[in-house]
Amino acid sequence: MHFEVYRYNPDTDAEPTMQAFDVEVERGMMLRDVLLQIKEKDESFAFRHSCGEGVCGSDGVNVNGSNHLACITPVAEFREPVVIRPFPGRPVIRDLVVDMSDFYAQYQAVDPWLKRKDPVPEQESLQTPEQRARLDGLWECIMCGCCSTSCPSFWWNPDKFLGPQALLTAWRFLADSRDQGGEERLDALDGPYKLFRCHTIMNCVEACPKHLNPTEAIGHIRNLMLKKSV
Amino acid sequence: MTLIRKNFDVLIIGAGGAGLNAAVQLAGADLRVAVVSKVFPTRSHTVAAQGGVNAALGNVDEDKWHWHMFDTVKGSDYLGDQDAIEFMCREAIPTVYELEHNGVPFSRLDNGRIYQRPFGGQSRHFGKEQATRTCAAADRTGHAILHTLYQQNLKARSHFFTEYFAIDLLQDQEGGVTGALVMDISSGEPMVLNARATLLATGGCGQVFRTTSNAHINTGDGMAMALRAGVPLQDMEFFQFHPTGVAGRGMLITEASRGEGGYLINKEGERFMERYAPSAKDLASRDVVARAIVTEVREGRGCGPNGDHVLLKVDHLGEETVARRLPGIRETSKIFVGIDPAFEPIPVYPTAHYVMGGIPSDRFGRVVAPARHGPEEVVPGLYAAGECACVSVHGANRLGGNSLLDILVFGRLSGLDILDYLEEHPRHGQTDSASEEKAMARFQRFDREGDGIPVAELRAELQKVMEDHAGVFRTEEIMQEGLDRMRSIRDRLDEVRLKDRSRTFNTARVEAFELENLVDVGLSIVTSALHRQESRGAHSRPDFPERDDRNWMRHSLYFLEDDRLDYKPVRTRPLSVDSFPPKERVY
Ligand SMILES: Cc1cc2nc3c(=O)[nH]c(=O)nc-3n(C[C@H](O)[C@H](O)[C@H](O)COP(=O)(O)OP(=O)(O)OC[C@H]3O[C@@H](n4cnc5c(N)ncnc54)[C@H](O)[C@@H]3O)c2cc1C
Ligand code: SF4
Ligand code: SF4
Ligand code: FES
Repeated sequence: MHFEVYRYNPDTDAEPTMQAFDVEVERGMMLRDVLLQIKEKDESFAFRHSCGEGVCGSDGVNVNGSNHLACITPVAEFREPVVIRPFPGRPVIRDLVVDMSDFYAQYQAVDPWLKRKDPVPEQESLQTPEQRARLDGLWECIMCGCCSTSCPSFWWNPDKFLGPQALLTAWRFLADSRDQGGEERLDALDGPYKLFRCHTIMNCVEACPKHLNPTEAIGHIRNLMLKKSV
Repeated sequence: MTLIRKNFDVLIIGAGGAGLNAAVQLAGADLRVAVVSKVFPTRSHTVAAQGGVNAALGNVDEDKWHWHMFDTVKGSDYLGDQDAIEFMCREAIPTVYELEHNGVPFSRLDNGRIYQRPFGGQSRHFGKEQATRTCAAADRTGHAILHTLYQQNLKARSHFFTEYFAIDLLQDQEGGVTGALVMDISSGEPMVLNARATLLATGGCGQVFRTTSNAHINTGDGMAMALRAGVPLQDMEFFQFHPTGVAGRGMLITEASRGEGGYLINKEGERFMERYAPSAKDLASRDVVARAIVTEVREGRGCGPNGDHVLLKVDHLGEETVARRLPGIRETSKIFVGIDPAFEPIPVYPTAHYVMGGIPSDRFGRVVAPARHGPEEVVPGLYAAGECACVSVHGANRLGGNSLLDILVFGRLSGLDILDYLEEHPRHGQTDSASEEKAMARFQRFDREGDGIPVAELRAELQKVMEDHAGVFRTEEIMQEGLDRMRSIRDRLDEVRLKDRSRTFNTARVEAFELENLVDVGLSIVTSALHRQESRGAHSRPDFPERDDRNWMRHSLYFLEDDRLDYKPVRTRPLSVDSFPPKERVY
């Protein structure tokens, strides 16, 4: 198959270029396998990857205009030429490697840890299977960034709008029966930008390789806020 | 180039479960702590752990840490140190509660308590009925734990050096550790991080084998750094092959699939584990099941057109159980095999999974090596925890669910012991200039110009040699050939050249450093394996089929210098209970 890959090395290149590669594609081959083959031909090609099974969240890239996790994306399904670029809207460090600092800062901004006010019990705190089930579809997020870097609101306001990943995380804690930080979490999300810049465009849902639904999470937070304000 | 230098009280190399749990302990103290990781913390391979973590909570059936201890000693084939094992099994209980309090989204039982599932090698009443001891968050327990620990570190405002690659340890004239030389991957610049105490928590080395459940980053860096600092590696011949990797690809299908009631069949549809382990069957210890699968395939009872794997059935459990308890392996099977295990069996074959050996440490995480006064002298300033360390709680074979436990318990203890150590050592050590020069020379090694062997080529050769010559069954002849080939690879390392010598995010350079580490670690495995003339746990020798307690109930220690081996006794005395004397190991 025919691939076109974004190349940019600030040490040597004035401008980014697209480089063409032909790779023999076998049945069941994932996009990461293709990237590895390209790297074998040209070791200067840089991209992040590690687990190879969709759990570490390292290898998000943009293919033919949408974001994918390379290691669990079969190549056969793409239209040729397959155009591989770094995540949109992020500063490029080199080739497919982008600077994700803003994305991590947004995550950190929602206080992504369990807040408890009561002293902890000697054993585990109890949670019914139903209460625990509310966390399903939330706690599995691998922080790959496919969602936030496909969100137009995040492109325009990466410093103000928290973006789908961080908001999904905020809801993960709001939805946890053990968490006692609800009030302050909601207060912190108030204002025109952090949460309310989401225009329900749903790019994030489409992009999520783990089939999570940030838009729904954002909806839940909105409802909570409305309830609180009446 | 002026070398940047920074001073910290503590340097933690590795942000997996071990490193992060150590960092959490230090957060409350008024200390400068640096956590270095070559990947963003949540990308560490702890994230991939599936099945769960063992603790005798007794949420499902009555359970006792003492039974857990017995299983671990027996599982280790009596090579584990019983003081450390007792300690770990006792600490397991508060450790899991602490995880829960910190937010880990464990699955739950109807009464609201933490969900526990049966796992291999786990029993009640010292070897009688199956225990239900493995605490789980669906089949994504490692993800749940690693993300929670990262979150706790954010809360504690730990100082991360993310995407920094540790090159080598730095030492004073007496060999005490004073910090490390690291490289900022994104700029390619070196940096010296001085610290009063340094913890190696760099994880495993599964990338020495071709077919592995381990990530690209699991290259044994910390182990090789220890070797180059003159510290030996302990029990490296003991490498666990997990029985159920996806055939031909290596990614893991968790033991939880058998814990939840799945079983293995050969091409005749026979549930063959009944022959190898009449009472525990498919939940026998991992070494036993892996050997059984390889034997079935070798004797012509393998499945598929090439007869090269067996099948794992979970389809009889019903779609709902598979969806609720095993969603991760369902997804993996769909993506990589194109089947839905709720309706079809999964093709599986053993895959390189876990290194029982590692940097010798005691139960406080202190690195210990032979010196003037005995085989277990503390190396000043150096700690090790997690898969890169060898405490030794796993001995010759690790039980499923005991590694997450190991990294958490001993990560935590290292953190706590470092607090004491710092009280007694208020000042930074003086790095010996020779040590820094040596580290810098290594850092510059791949700046050399000209044509040579590409990194990828030598790495592929190494992985193949290790797979063929240090796999599930090992004979003298096979291993001797493996050793010769590994030595030839080591010689050729000098001819490796990079085509790309640029600075910014040069992954080729990182992989070259990793290759060097893999070579040292690979040599420690084959060398130790060749010399151990017995079969024990994961080390299985058709030419020495019996366990030999008289001559071999001892730990091996491999030194890089001259590929030398030394041995030290197993610690058979627990802390408070009676010792479990060696017995024949049947399941
Ligand atoms: C697929 C799979 C499933 C598993 N399932 C289970 C299970 O169910 N139960 C169980 O108990 N165990 C399980 N294990 C084993 C267990 O997960 C690992 O042994 C354990 O997570 C290792 O943790 P760690 O903290 O030691 O290392 P890791 O999590 O591997 O972390 C290593 C850290 O060191 C850093 N590092 C390494 N080298 C360098 C360097 N040169 N410079 C800077 N940083 C460096 C890395 O960036 C990383 O942060 C499983 C293992 C695998 C592979
Ligand atoms: S739904 Fe909201 S968060 Fe998701 S892509 Fe659209 S604007 Fe962004
Ligand atoms: S929500 Fe999905 S796409 Fe977004 S970071 Fe998490 S896993 Fe990735
Ligand atoms: S390499 Fe880990 S998610 Fe793709």
